Amino acid sequence: MNLSLFASRWSPYVAGAMVGILAVLSVVVTTVVIDKPKYLGASTTFVRVAGYAEKVIAADYVAENTYFAKKKVKVDWQMLFVVGIFVGALISARLGKTHKIEKVPPIWEQRFGSSSVVRAIGAFIGGVILLFGARLAGGCPSGHGLSGNMQLSVSGLLALVFFLVGGIVTARFLYGSGGQSWNK
Amino acid sequence: MEQVIGLITGILFGFLLQKGEVLRFEKQVGFMLLKDMTIIKFMLTAVIVGMVGIYACYSLGWIALSVKATHLGAIIIGGLLFGFGWAIAGYCPGTSVGALAEGRVHAFWAILGMLVGAGLYAEAFPFLQKTVLTWGAYGKITLPQVLGLSPWPIAVVFTLIGVACFIWFEKKGL
Repeated sequence: MNLSLFASRWSPYVAGAMVGILAVLSVVVTTVVIDKPKYLGASTTFVRVAGYAEKVIAADYVAENTYFAKKKVKVDWQMLFVVGIFVGALISARLGKTHKIEKVPPIWEQRFGSSSVVRAIGAFIGGVILLFGARLAGGCPSGHGLSGNMQLSVSGLLALVFFLVGGIVTARFLYGSGGQSWNK
Repeated sequence: MEQVIGLITGILFGFLLQKGEVLRFEKQVGFMLLKDMTIIKFMLTAVIVGMVGIYACYSLGWIALSVKATHLGAIIIGGLLFGFGWAIAGYCPGTSVGALAEGRVHAFWAILGMLVGAGLYAEAFPFLQKTVLTWGAYGKITLPQVLGLSPWPIAVVFTLIGVACFIWFEKKGL
């Protein structure tokens, strides 16, 4: 098993187990240092960034919105956590030499062609729907899928099941059975 | 301080997501097409290890849980909507940012869409709060509470199911 920082990949079991340890350490360290347990999660940050963006145009409007008030538009632990994901992935990709510019992923290209504009529109629409859904469900695969299930919460398990069912059914409809030339 | 800890945790998380190859569109959609179980291997292992660690620390009184409320209607509708959008975008909120970092530039449009989706949700929230979010609201419940069991037998069952899945995935080359 090659766990060099320069390896192109680590086994998903090993990387996953380390994420499990990281999640526990995060809760312990934040409990000790800032007296608030921080469980991993990402989607609320999109709400806060959207709040900041809207504030530029209409600060009063954002201040009056009940959801922004509830989630508090602020630069908090989670926002820096999401920034960190970018930094960490960049470091790992550079060290492992797996950084690759991709405008259209192969499975998408097989079904919808090589236009990067079509792909951009698809990615955008998918993004709108998925974040709306995540906020309605109360979390994303990080907050519900990882953190919720680690705590054996009912909401985490249910959300994960419906995420997966929604994804599997849609993907089958959208991409067919996956294409013949598709490989790992 | 809060932000510094968040940044460090995020860097480690992003590093592990990238090394585990779960940031990729091909891996996420590959799972949805049931052809490649990388993201499930990653996620289930993380949950199993985390579950044991969280409940060990909780039993020792070191930490508090932070359980999200169960709103049945919202979780079912929101979960399915998430899955629908996830299949089109090929990224979830956490992985989109990491995917952009490893050069998948189309993830940028997914991130932009997510910000718009977040803004739309904030608009819809007052309405949803009075409707969907009231359907089947059970509060912050956990499986041990609902089943009237200690967390440990549940953890053992989850671990056994996970390991059985892993053996099957490896046998099938998924």
